[in-house]
Amino acid sequence: MTEATTYRVIQSTPSSQMAALAALALLVILVAAPWWAGRGDMRLLSEIFLYLSLAVLWNLLAGYAGLVSVGQQAFVGFGGYGLFALAMFLGLHPLLAVPLVGVAAALIAIPIAFLIFRLSGAYFAIGTWVIAEVFRLSFAQVSSLGGGSGTSLPIAIVKSMAGSRALRDSISYWAALAMIVLVLAVVYLWLRSRHGISLTAIRDNELAARSLGIDVWWTKFWVYLVAAALTASVGALLFLQKLRISPDAAFNVNDWTAYVIFIVVIGGIGTMEGPLIGTLVFFLLRGFFADLGTVYLMVLGAVAIVVILKAPRGIWGYIHDRYGLTLFPVSRRVVKFDSSHKNENPS
Amino acid sequence: MTNLLELNQLSKAFGAVRVSDGLSFALAGGEALGVIGPNGAGKTSMFNLITGTLDADSGDILYAGKSVISLSAAARAKSGMARSFQVPQPFTAMTVFENTLVAATAAAGLSIRDANGHCLQVLDQIGMMDKANDPAGSLTLLERKRLELARALAAKPKLLLLDEIAGGLTEHECRDLVATIRSLRQTGITIIWIEHIVHALLAVVDRLLVLDFGQKIADGDPTAVMADGQVRQIYMGIDADA
Ligand SMILES: Nc1ncnc2c1ncn2[C@@H]1O[C@H](COP(=O)(O)OP(=O)(O)OP(=O)(O)O)[C@@H](O)[C@H]1O
Ligand SMILES: [Mg+2]
Repeated sequence: MTEATTYRVIQSTPSSQMAALAALALLVILVAAPWWAGRGDMRLLSEIFLYLSLAVLWNLLAGYAGLVSVGQQAFVGFGGYGLFALAMFLGLHPLLAVPLVGVAAALIAIPIAFLIFRLSGAYFAIGTWVIAEVFRLSFAQVSSLGGGSGTSLPIAIVKSMAGSRALRDSISYWAALAMIVLVLAVVYLWLRSRHGISLTAIRDNELAARSLGIDVWWTKFWVYLVAAALTASVGALLFLQKLRISPDAAFNVNDWTAYVIFIVVIGGIGTMEGPLIGTLVFFLLRGFFADLGTVYLMVLGAVAIVVILKAPRGIWGYIHDRYGLTLFPVSRRVVKFDSSHKNENPS
Repeated sequence: MTNLLELNQLSKAFGAVRVSDGLSFALAGGEALGVIGPNGAGKTSMFNLITGTLDADSGDILYAGKSVISLSAAARAKSGMARSFQVPQPFTAMTVFENTLVAATAAAGLSIRDANGHCLQVLDQIGMMDKANDPAGSLTLLERKRLELARALAAKPKLLLLDEIAGGLTEHECRDLVATIRSLRQTGITIIWIEHIVHALLAVVDRLLVLDFGQKIADGDPTAVMADGQVRQIYMGIDADA
């Protein structure tokens, strides 16, 4: 028997096992929110879930695949408009429209990817923004969806979701909760799979990744497609909550991209945990300062600058380096098993 | 006998600098070829051309009897080419073990389960088990070079391309490295090894190729090549018997 056979590879850590238990408990509490939370709280929670979803997806794009898009609002808006259109013109149940706009966004993302993947770096970023502007201008032309001034979701459609307002609120809250669970599960399982190993390799060194058999283009392509689909579904839910849509709100670069980048960058780009921390910080800051108007934006900017200077890898990067904590164990550790099968770390 | 690798009139220039100038040679399966040449001779560029990280201007590369000139670097890696980078290219935020795992899953196409076992074996063989959980970014230059070798081996290569992995090693470490590469040869791997430490090279290879200005100056039995007048001229200052 060689020495190697006494080593094993494990993925979970004590802190990640605790985190999994805590997450399960939290999920149960959150599912029960309609019984303990008020209407306003549920709206806020939904918004947090949807923002977190956007952040996790943008992090997958930029933090892992190196696709620094500043045009994800294209898919948020597409999802929102798609839901309105499917509900108003085809009479589909709004919740059924949510996965459908996801599929539609993935299909639309195919030609877009072929177009913008020719660009790299800053040109790629600008390309994504131009695409988003094209989306905004196009939807502003659709007069049956209110043109430039937008439209509201007809009352009849809203009522068709559920008889009472309380039940409607609960349903749209649960949909947002289901969305973040889905997004986290997809991204987490992806990163743990062999494709995730490849993706993480691309994040760290594209040249080496290519030379080790990773098809960088196709890997990025799939990331772009999945991110587009899920972002559109998130967009659909965002505007299902608002019940009103307009081109400027739907394709807003501040709301759906700038804030999301802020969240990911201060939380810790290229980590699973970063967007979680970033979203919490963002909503705390908003809670305290949003009433202050422009001062609020200055506070966001100041926080971003301080974090980038003090902790270039974000708040989570700092915590991880200092305390070795892991909530989502996508990393693998080699541990040594002695003859009594008690494990110890070799390092 | 079929050749594993064949270069036919391979040429590449960066402006006026010819890094590969009508380069041709063939390598049989299981052969070990040493490559020497002065700085800037085009040795690393030859690896870049073979593995597809650099596109040739003209000429052809046959691998296992088929032209691979139009294949991507990734496709060539999947078909069994693995290289170490002269300037190490680690996946810095991933651990040493995970670095090898990339090679085993992507290049060798192993399942994660099989890859785990294979990579542990490679780390053991290369003597990096004690660094397995360290982020590659925290390694010293020498450790990074060793990781280059480990990662290339984790790819289960048929053709292994090594670019200056012995520089900076102690006498003892160098002997270990030579022993490791010799043991690899037993498994039937075909090897091209670029190395300035000529005595290490000569302990392993059965053929020596000398490059200068992208051209083949000499190619053949190592002792005969080292005795060649032109080679001696280029190699003044490098002690062949050291
Ligand atoms: N991408 C590039 N663009 C321009 N010039 C390059 C490029 N890559 C290499 N060169 C030049 O080509 C020549 C050959 O480089 P190469 O790295 O192949 O040499 P080498 O034989 O490996 O040298 P060394 O022994 O120093 O590693 C050098 O003059 C180098 O500066
Ligand atoms: Mg070189």
